[in-house]
Amino acid sequence: MKPLLIRAGRLLDPANGVDKSADLLLREGKVAAIDAPGRIKAAGADLIDAKGLIVAPGLVDIHVHLREPGQGYKETIATGTRAAAAGGFTSVCAMPNTIPVNDSPETTRWMLAPERGAAISVYPISAATRGSMGETLIDYAAMKAAGAVAVTDDGKPILGDDIMLATLKAAAKVGLPVIQHAEDTRLTGGCSMNAGPVAFRLGLRGMSVEAESGLVERDIRLLAKVKGAHLHVAHLSTKKALDAVRQARRSGLHVTCEVAPHHFVLNEERIGNYDTHAKMNPPLRAEADREAMIEGILDGTVDAIATDHAPHAAHEKEQEFERAPNGIPGLETALGLTLSILHVRHKMPLDRMISLLSSRPASVLNLKDRGTLSIGAAADVVLFDPSESWTFHATDSLSKSKNTPFDGWSMQGRVKQTICGGRIVFSR
Amino acid sequence: MPAKTSQKHSSISSLSARPVHPASLISITDLSIGEVRRILSLATELEKEDPQQRAKWLRKRRVALLFYESSTRTRTSFELAAKSLGADTTLVSSLSSSIEKGESLKDTGITLRALGAECIILRSPWSGGPYLLAQATGLPVLNAGDGMHQHPSQALLDLRTMLRFLDLKSAKVAAHALAGVTVTICGDILHSRVARSNALLLPQLGAKVILCGPEPLLPETAAQLGPGIVIERDFDHALRQSQIVMMLRIQAERLAGLRLDLGEYTAKYQANGERIAAHAPKALIMHPGPIIRGMEITSDVADGPQSAIEEQVRNGVAIRMALLARALGTKKGARA
Repeated sequence: MKPLLIRAGRLLDPANGVDKSADLLLREGKVAAIDAPGRIKAAGADLIDAKGLIVAPGLVDIHVHLREPGQGYKETIATGTRAAAAGGFTSVCAMPNTIPVNDSPETTRWMLAPERGAAISVYPISAATRGSMGETLIDYAAMKAAGAVAVTDDGKPILGDDIMLATLKAAAKVGLPVIQHAEDTRLTGGCSMNAGPVAFRLGLRGMSVEAESGLVERDIRLLAKVKGAHLHVAHLSTKKALDAVRQARRSGLHVTCEVAPHHFVLNEERIGNYDTHAKMNPPLRAEADREAMIEGILDGTVDAIATDHAPHAAHEKEQEFERAPNGIPGLETALGLTLSILHVRHKMPLDRMISLLSSRPASVLNLKDRGTLSIGAAADVVLFDPSESWTFHATDSLSKSKNTPFDGWSMQGRVKQTICGGRIVFSR
Repeated sequence: MPAKTSQKHSSISSLSARPVHPASLISITDLSIGEVRRILSLATELEKEDPQQRAKWLRKRRVALLFYESSTRTRTSFELAAKSLGADTTLVSSLSSSIEKGESLKDTGITLRALGAECIILRSPWSGGPYLLAQATGLPVLNAGDGMHQHPSQALLDLRTMLRFLDLKSAKVAAHALAGVTVTICGDILHSRVARSNALLLPQLGAKVILCGPEPLLPETAAQLGPGIVIERDFDHALRQSQIVMMLRIQAERLAGLRLDLGEYTAKYQANGERIAAHAPKALIMHPGPIIRGMEITSDVADGPQSAIEEQVRNGVAIRMALLARALGTKKGARA
């Protein structure tokens, strides 16, 4: 593999507080040198002209569903990672709700095998309990050794206090974070959207805010009892749950959280006349909750933007609203939406915005040498034009599934090239 | 800024982005007051017409009734309405069709269209089902009740019943036609598509709607459904203000784990002879059916002189004739 010299871009590396015009040399899969434009001499290197572009660490998404093993008709590791590369991502963490559930080192290793054809780095997340049934803990040390970076029963939250406590203890022992999809499913039976006046008008059963915040509060209470444990709240969507995280953090607990772009871009009105492309779990919430997500991002409470990329086949979404599966793809729209909303509309500085998509999520799940352009770190880089306006078309998506609510949306900030491990994995 | 722009580019744009045939009736809010007036007038015209003449309106047109839930009144009255306009009807119900084998609503709709159906009447246990069917087929779809969402033809037949009771001609239907009229809808509001359709329609005509029932069956958010709607937990108090009272049954099949003390419920919310005599001796008593005698209403009230229950059923046929004529766009129907 030839070295790559990326010249004259605006280098943004939030982990190191770098924001300057510079050249960047990638060699043997690592960041090899950074210097003022024109200063790096690298004979035989391929050149990339990055004038007018931001050169940032490859983006990191700690919450994706790649659907393999078991549901290759929705997405495969190969297609999902290509969509990720097109969105500027170089590392994704794959949720364990596959078929079978990723609760064994064999499945973890299968996901990591070269035969899967991943275009970028994949980090499997282990189930917390056998089959994600919420009953029997699995061997976290073995899962970690196989490559898992966290444990969760995502989608099937751990409700029992005893089992959650045991999970936190066992995960702390091996140094893995526990990710919780915070939904008290005892309160959400038959629910397909956020509770409130919109749900009443549409005649749909609604999930209350408390079904999320109640479980977050419970988990925080349990976290306080376990030394060294790390709780990460997945796709947080309500002000009340965010307040609980904010408060816990103030009292020194190791709790982190992520927010999905759709939860700070859309509110429940987007469902319109039962558009299943606006159905996800957690559901789109009221406008006040959407605003609270923005606020939590701006004030630093939110550690990461994660897409919860959840592809589904067209025939699955073309059903009655209550019967359609939850989730939307998000990898190819995350950067454009984040830049348009957080940077353009809410004036969030670009370096802080980038950190939410790279260095901070990488640190939440302890992904070494990812999300940064430190010398010696992985040669994972995204080049994007922060001022280019473009329109996203679902038909152009590299994901197998097109169930996005953002089809036809104009956004600002477009990926030009994605480099993973020193290799160009996407370019337009 | 992200903003929705043209979807021209998208060749496989999502089903939900496709249009609904404008002669469909899915939500009562689809209709302007003028359209409501024309539907009511057409209902009267069709009802009066000589049966031989009437049978020419939709002669040999094909109407499919697609019923995923049991129904007596709605199904029969839609069927009779279609037949009396001369249409051919076919009934597809979930227990005697490929629906049982797992065929989707979309595919069932496309199949019916391929068989020549020009209009589909849908009853679905799923809120919003009619939008999916309309988007998938492009045909006019008449909503015969979808989940907890709406039952617009019921709201229209209820309106016709009320107008006759109040001695108002349908030609007078306008923004303030029901000014000063208070309608109480009492019972299981949460699960009732009839309540939603009526509560969205009646205030458009100036009526005040009181929703009445206990908290689990009537959440506070119900008052935000639209203008002109208030919540009153005290049934007797609601009765004293009302010219019209609509009782609803408790939908046991949709309670989904909700627990209810039925003794307490009937004590507070049952329409019985004593209560009606004491608090609403002149009010019109309505019920969309099916009625559960001894539960939300007692026989002396259901069968008594104030009851309009049978009249509601009769009005159903006339209203549904008008909706079918409108949906199939005959020359005469096109006026509606």
